[in-house]
Amino acid sequence: MTDVAEKLSSKDFASDQEVRWCPGCGDYSILKQVQTVLPELDRPREEFVFISGIGCSSRFPYYMDTFGMHSIHGRATAVATGLKATRPELSVWIITGDGDALSIGGNHFIHLLRRNPDVNVLLFNNQIYGLTKGQYSPTSEQGKVTKSTPMGSLDYPFNPIALSLGADATFVARSMDRDPKHLQMVIKRGYQHAGTSLVEIYQNCNVFNDGAFEVFTEKSSKKLETLMLENGKPLVFGENNDKGIKLDGFKPIIVDLNDASVNDLWIHDEEDLVKATILSRFYDDPSVEGHFPRPFGVFYVNNKKATFDQLFNDQIAYAKETFGKGDLDKLIAGKETWVVN
Amino acid sequence: MTAHIDKEIESVVIRFAGDSGDGMQLTGTQFTNSTALFGNDLATFPDFPAEIRAPLGTLAGVSGFQIHFGSTRVYTPGDQCDVLVVMNVAALKVNLNGLKKGGVIIVNTDGFDAKNLRLANVPEADNPLKNDSLSEYDVKSIDVTKITRTALAESGLGTKEIDRCKNMFVLGLIYWMYHRDMDNTIDFIKAKFKKNEAVMNANIKVLTAGWNYGETTEMFANRFVVSRAKMDPGVYRGIMGNQAAAYGLIAASVKSGLPLFYGTYPITPASDILHELSKYKNFDIKTFQAEDEIAGICSAIGASFGGSLAITGSSGPGIALKTEAIGLATMLELPLVVVNIQRAGPSTGLPTKTEQSDLLQSFYGRNGECPVVILAAQSPADCFIMAYEACRIALEHMIPVFFLSDGYIANGAEPWKFPNSADLPAISVAFAEARNKGDEPFMPYLRDEKLGRPWALPGTKGLEHRIGGLEKQNITGNISYDAVNHENMVKLRQEKVDRVANYIPAQEIDNGPAEGDVLLLGWGGTYGALKTATLQLRGMGYNVSHAHLRYLNPFPSNLGEILSKFKKVVIPELNNGQLVKIIRDKYFIDAIPYNKIQGQPFMAAEVVAKIKEILD
Repeated sequence: MTDVAEKLSSKDFASDQEVRWCPGCGDYSILKQVQTVLPELDRPREEFVFISGIGCSSRFPYYMDTFGMHSIHGRATAVATGLKATRPELSVWIITGDGDALSIGGNHFIHLLRRNPDVNVLLFNNQIYGLTKGQYSPTSEQGKVTKSTPMGSLDYPFNPIALSLGADATFVARSMDRDPKHLQMVIKRGYQHAGTSLVEIYQNCNVFNDGAFEVFTEKSSKKLETLMLENGKPLVFGENNDKGIKLDGFKPIIVDLNDASVNDLWIHDEEDLVKATILSRFYDDPSVEGHFPRPFGVFYVNNKKATFDQLFNDQIAYAKETFGKGDLDKLIAGKETWVVN
Repeated sequence: MTAHIDKEIESVVIRFAGDSGDGMQLTGTQFTNSTALFGNDLATFPDFPAEIRAPLGTLAGVSGFQIHFGSTRVYTPGDQCDVLVVMNVAALKVNLNGLKKGGVIIVNTDGFDAKNLRLANVPEADNPLKNDSLSEYDVKSIDVTKITRTALAESGLGTKEIDRCKNMFVLGLIYWMYHRDMDNTIDFIKAKFKKNEAVMNANIKVLTAGWNYGETTEMFANRFVVSRAKMDPGVYRGIMGNQAAAYGLIAASVKSGLPLFYGTYPITPASDILHELSKYKNFDIKTFQAEDEIAGICSAIGASFGGSLAITGSSGPGIALKTEAIGLATMLELPLVVVNIQRAGPSTGLPTKTEQSDLLQSFYGRNGECPVVILAAQSPADCFIMAYEACRIALEHMIPVFFLSDGYIANGAEPWKFPNSADLPAISVAFAEARNKGDEPFMPYLRDEKLGRPWALPGTKGLEHRIGGLEKQNITGNISYDAVNHENMVKLRQEKVDRVANYIPAQEIDNGPAEGDVLLLGWGGTYGALKTATLQLRGMGYNVSHAHLRYLNPFPSNLGEILSKFKKVVIPELNNGQLVKIIRDKYFIDAIPYNKIQGQPFMAAEVVAKIKEILD
């Protein structure tokens, strides 16, 4: 890090490029929250790098006055891995979408998570292909009627949180474009995590998939349909915080707090992988009777796994220490030479 | 003890052939190292199946290693061998037509039993050791298995372990035949088996038994003396192509002062570059085995953005996967070296066999107008300087560069008069400097005289900028959909490649006069065969010259003039005619293609015959 960082404002992170997302797009809010959080991180602007793939969300780096790369479809994760491995002192962010990260880039996505470099992934999930004008995505619900699936899509959707936990991600969280404070909090926590942080952001595409997350974001239904996770706190939700979730063995049960005590509820523990895995499966269709509310917040944190960039550079340092700095002429000559006179 | 007569010979070609589990590659490599240390010139050709453990005893499982060494200059592993060592009947069947009439066959008779005959599809009645089919050759039958077992009867090792020492018997015998020193191999065995003394001693014992067998039996009337070669004075070592390429990359890293990042995915025959580079982390060499080919190149692009000497490596199928990312690097105008160790294609093709069929892929195999610089090494040792050159050009011109090699030179070996690192051309890299508030705004696509743009590293104050695959406005680097700007940028990226011609050596004629009847124009790994053919043709009185291209895009600026001085230009290639298309297109000459697409290198004799056919 360079010397004392000058005090920056969110404006310092806005580039001079005109933002060209559709009016009303959820991406605007995410851009704003990131630009709000960054000055609070007390870090010089030149140390931030935003790397994206392809898709609407992937235009993001152009609007940030930081270093940035708009790479190719699905591969931002791989580009970021190479950058972070060789320049571990930088703050590297990956901007991706549901198609970019989970379809064309699915392979790199899981390998990024298992390797655990210290980068931050913001996965804009709008459950649709926006840039190509409205085909179903790997997170679209089955039966989705789109231009490419006039009779409804056949694929079952990916559950990004469950997928990330399955790939051994060390920081897994979910937030939404319509809750700025929550989104800022989650982004900040992701940044602070040493290792890959995966933040899934429910983002409304008001042109091709408007209202996909309405039930979670609208005031009228939000309290009943969402479960806001807080570490060490009981799982409570409902209009008047009158419902809770209890574990019967490994089986979660919704209880009415008018009948049951809050003391019996499941206490959220971010470091408990088994419980995080159960929470990740709260992925029901909100129209189905008896469904569980959708969790938001930090599902899981593992601080015990060394980061890839750390391990990668430790090996280099160890090799230099053990074998000494390489001698090129010795290397070229090898062990056995002969002389021709 | 029998008296053996020493016979002086100029050069010899030996081929070791056996089952892929017989250790023929190791035997060949050991013989090569000792021969190189002795001071002969040499060239080798390992030829092995794609399967790691192909079915035992079958034709498909035969693994061969050919070495040509001499007291005169040697440029190829030899068209036909003088001595053929065969460990079983399958090895004989596969390799007999590569043996000169009257040549020596050293036979492990145990490999000709009923089972081996059956596995090689040879009826028992046709056992070549029991009929006169080998009457034109000098057959030396030895029951290597039996002798090895007898020698190791007291070793305490199991039969399986004992039989694995068979190749050492053959090696010892050949060492004796050619007056080679065994110390180098004994040291090798000691190091390799330092944790298993019984196996170490067994190998040394059998090696010595092979030597003694030659010395004490009357089977061999002669021993052969191949004197040191008269080579340019200097210090030499033996080197294989992929090893040389790895060293060239490391040298570029050291000379440019940049850490090297190699992002790759294992693939034959390129993996040895990864293996080699991985050994030298103390040189600031960072190797990354990615999850796939695409991640390999994309991680390299990320490292390049961050200021590393970034390299990705693969073979044809992997290069196909990297295509889109090569286009990205072209748009980003970041330095990147793409190593392609070519093999026979298309698709999976013949993974362990050589071919030069990715030249058009390198030139044209991307979407859009996407020119890149292309270099090709011509011999195992030449991989060093051409890999180094690929890095130099990539870094100094801010451009992606292809470095082409092929399976033949990648696995082949030759003596190398290696350079002193101080004598390597300098590689100058300057990163864009930090800026303060009030300075002129940073222009990421401002250009220097090479048309390169500034390399502005993340972490440098005041240089914040965005790059990407969308078309750029020149100078500012902002996204631009402007029609005329796009055409200008396409032409500018082409001009940037073309201008590299001002920074590479002029094309030379390797052999022969600067004008005449025929110019043999080659590129890549065919150098040795074309050189040998040219020498032979000139010896016969033909007016033939040979030029070999190592810089393919752009071509050296004097190439057109050279071509214009010959009545005929013949372009031999191990493909279906690729360079010939480009030469015809660029220079409007009626170049004559000569193609071989058998997964095998050219034999000099084939080339000689072809040129004679054209001229007679």
